Amino acid sequence: MDIEEFAEGNSFLHRLDPRVKVIVAVSFSIVVATAIRHSIALSAFFLPAVVIIAARLDLTKVGWRLLIVNGFILFLWFFLPFTYPGHTVFSLGPLKASQEGINQALLITLKSNAIILACIAFLATSPIPKLVHALNRLYVPDKLVHLFLFCYRYVHVIHLEYHKLDHALKIRCFRPKTNLHTYRTYAYLVGVLLLRSYDRSNKIYNAMLCRGFKEKYWVLDYLCLKRSDIVLGMIMCFYIMGLILFQWLHRIQ
Amino acid sequence: MHISEGVLSAPVLITGAAVCVAGVSIGLKKMDYDKLPKVAVLASVFFLASLIHIPIGLSSVHMILNGIAGLLLGWTVFPAILLAIALQAILFQFGGLTTLGVNTCNMAIPAILCYYFFREGVKSNKSWIMVASAFSCGFFSVLLTCIMVAIALALTGEAFLAAGQVAVLAHIPVMVTEGILTVSCVSFLRKVKPEMLETPYA
Repeated sequence: MDIEEFAEGNSFLHRLDPRVKVIVAVSFSIVVATAIRHSIALSAFFLPAVVIIAARLDLTKVGWRLLIVNGFILFLWFFLPFTYPGHTVFSLGPLKASQEGINQALLITLKSNAIILACIAFLATSPIPKLVHALNRLYVPDKLVHLFLFCYRYVHVIHLEYHKLDHALKIRCFRPKTNLHTYRTYAYLVGVLLLRSYDRSNKIYNAMLCRGFKEKYWVLDYLCLKRSDIVLGMIMCFYIMGLILFQWLHRIQ
Repeated sequence: MHISEGVLSAPVLITGAAVCVAGVSIGLKKMDYDKLPKVAVLASVFFLASLIHIPIGLSSVHMILNGIAGLLLGWTVFPAILLAIALQAILFQFGGLTTLGVNTCNMAIPAILCYYFFREGVKSNKSWIMVASAFSCGFFSVLLTCIMVAIALALTGEAFLAAGQVAVLAHIPVMVTEGILTVSCVSFLRKVKPEMLETPYA
């Protein structure tokens, strides 16, 4: 299953230490999500956009990703202009669109897309196991880290199981429609997946016991900070601090 | 059922994150290392279930399954749902990092409520009690999730209230299908592997 679309590559972004990426992505998201001005949201685009272009990610794929993810934002555009109180710009029958509502919807769109771009740039460009190792080094609880590694490992296995069942359904000429038969079939499909995963998890645990598992799962990784990681990380952190300063200057005005 | 980044206000995001941290740490505490593979593998099933689309009329919806997750996992549903949502945020950018806490709470709290209200019902020998509790488990898990999404939106600003209300109404067909799915799935598991429902993993 190819779900890690952007993780393959050999650019500076792909080689950047995942710890730096996690820290930058988290702090960037927090700063931008709490922004209150359009100017801040717009200037936030600069960092992920430059990084994505410099790392030569497939821009059409990035564009498609943005389009798909903007569904919820589009939904808000149908409501916010009409429910936000303020100066009326135009009206559709009894509904009055306010300037403030349109501004608010625009602000949300800008913030959301800036953060999505940052997530593509900094998180989607690392394979999940590397990100999880980074989380482990950043003091995320052991149990959660192991759960994450196991979960990601078995997503692929269970996806194969799902494909087998899906093929079996297609061979038997199953066509999904809006009826009870379809829903029951899908419920049984999920039931079989749950059942097989339950059996498999027993096997996994027994295999772990066979290999001498004693409540400690060793995370083997070779993360080491290079000078380029530190320099790039510092530049990005300065940029984020700049955004914070910009925001703070706006607040005291 | 994901709230995107940049929509909610800071107090809502912080509250969501705090509740999420509390829930996940309770879940992790209740999960011994021998349960770890079970919770992890089931978390991957729930992640994959969100990729399976089922038709409703002209449109289609994806399965949510947080009701069944609650029945099977108990409190460990909190870390399991956190993982599923984190994977979606990292791989597909649905939801995001700052909304991780709120989105996890929106799905996991209804799941835990379903676990406490319906776990005895689905084990009942009377078939009508089993069907009624399994249906309500599926129905109310989605209903409560929608209501929590609406509350998160309404707390951000009154202007979001209408959007939240429409989101709840628009999901009524999803609630009904999820109820039907849960009934069939629970009766299947009862026939094939009753011990899965007997003892939740935590």
